[in-house]
Amino acid sequence: MSDYLHLLGLPFMQRAILAAVFTGIAAPAIGTYLVQRRLALMGDGIGHVAVTGVALGLLTGTTPTWTAVVVAVIGAVVIELIRERGHANGDVALALLFYGGLAGGVLITGIAGQSGSRLQTFLFGSITTISVSDVIVTMILAAVVIVICVGLSPQLFAVSHDEEFARVAGLNIRFYNILVAVLAAVSVTVAMRTVGLLLVSALMVVPVATSQQLTRTFRTTLGAAMLIGPLASVGGLLISAYPTEVRVAPGATIVLLALAFFVVAWPVGVLLRARRRMRQPFPVVQVSPHEVIDEHPHDHGKDCGHVAVPHGDHVDYVHGGHRHAVHGEHYDEH
Amino acid sequence: MVELSNGAVAITGRPILRGIDLTVRSGEFVALMGANGSGKSTLVRALTGLRPLASGSLSLFGTPLADFHDWRRIGFVPQRGGAGSGVPASVWEVVASGRLTHRRLMRPLGRRDRAAISEALEVVGLAHRAREGVSTLSGGQQQRVLIARALAGEPELFFLDEPTAGVDLPNQQVLADSLETLSERGSTIVLVAHELGPMAPLIDRAVVMRDGRVAYDGPPLTSHEVYETDHGHHHAVHVRHDHAPHVSSPLDSREGMAHE
Repeated sequence: MSDYLHLLGLPFMQRAILAAVFTGIAAPAIGTYLVQRRLALMGDGIGHVAVTGVALGLLTGTTPTWTAVVVAVIGAVVIELIRERGHANGDVALALLFYGGLAGGVLITGIAGQSGSRLQTFLFGSITTISVSDVIVTMILAAVVIVICVGLSPQLFAVSHDEEFARVAGLNIRFYNILVAVLAAVSVTVAMRTVGLLLVSALMVVPVATSQQLTRTFRTTLGAAMLIGPLASVGGLLISAYPTEVRVAPGATIVLLALAFFVVAWPVGVLLRARRRMRQPFPVVQVSPHEVIDEHPHDHGKDCGHVAVPHGDHVDYVHGGHRHAVHGEHYDEH
Repeated sequence: MVELSNGAVAITGRPILRGIDLTVRSGEFVALMGANGSGKSTLVRALTGLRPLASGSLSLFGTPLADFHDWRRIGFVPQRGGAGSGVPASVWEVVASGRLTHRRLMRPLGRRDRAAISEALEVVGLAHRAREGVSTLSGGQQQRVLIARALAGEPELFFLDEPTAGVDLPNQQVLADSLETLSERGSTIVLVAHELGPMAPLIDRAVVMRDGRVAYDGPPLTSHEVYETDHGHHHAVHVRHDHAPHVSSPLDSREGMAHE
């Protein structure tokens, strides 16, 4: 245990934790807008394309982070333009791009004479390889993503919610769509060092899926996702750093931890939604004939244990599949 | 307020609307009617700038469309399955997004904005459900949310694309009441509708589209009349026309006529 604490104090570990915190906040922030426009897999696509960027960095000897940013942004803009143009073969075109990106990356890494394990640190994350300059770049880029996602949330919400409406409201739709694509590309490369390119999309989507189990407004969904994200990323990082015989890439533990949060939140969400539906007011309609029950073994009241549902000017109690309404001394079947 | 002259719209090179002249004056309540595929939705999309004109000229509030930037004067209710999306959003949040035309970047909502949002929710009768998730509402109620969203921007001119499609009669009545309130306040309304239902008494003027052209423009018609506006110069067109030679029986052509 003391070994573990010592490990946490080491500079490379602290760099990794810092990177994980920023990544964990930024990825779900942009991920919320992707989920909102039902493009949950876009992050995955950009990640695949970014593999080529990393490989180009390895080939040319420049920092892979920057080549990945450039290639990912180009890929994201191309994906967005394909989406805007076409309905017909949009997803096929996207698939071509994704696999092209991944295959291209593997090919170029081979040409560069780099081993597969070097590429793998980018695919699934690696804590030990994060340099000081990597952390600074990660923090700056993540901060930009967070500020834009929160600051422009009214505009981004409107564009992602209803494009046509936003256009008639005078918003420059193409600008905002490309902005979302670019931000997604930036967060993919930001998360590359901690979660890795192939798993980054999970950090963008899973916290959002988790938080929307429990929320019903957009703001709380966004906020909760940005809270769950760093919990998962830092937690997963600490698990992966725990000294055992086996070495696991942090990407795997981060994503599995995020999924564990989802698995916990899911049944709670199902329960909450069922309760909410149960308590929805019954519609008020013209009085239809109802039965009068004189004798009732039970007094309905505030804490009687039966679900109370508003019904116009009174309350119906759900009792064994019936709707009981207090009417003076007796109960009416509504 | 809206002036379209000799407007034409082509979608992927295929002419959809041709030779449309339409002027909407301030305070009017115009219903754009017609059968499915007659071009009424395309027309309203052209009027809002969503569809580019292939030819002709459009001006809004006396300004040519290309120079028009005063979008806060326009409220649009698109034709949409519902008000939901991939992430939960409350009724209030959806309506608040209608306030965007009045907001500057990176500024929070002001008191004036909040007042407009609650007022809009009041008009459509959903103030008591503002905090609920929009996707838990029924189809008709979601449609009312979309109208409230347009209302929140306090526009002078409304475009509504089939707000009553798939909405039950009681909800149609609430929609009609909301539109009556708007109309009484002096708003100009352009409504696309297949059936007018409870909105019929509100209409000042009906424009009937047929196959991409204006077939009728004048005082309101009953929906029965809408589909009979042939004006006596209707050319019988065989819709089905494949290259294989075929014999058209008298029954076929009569059936074809009945559909027109």
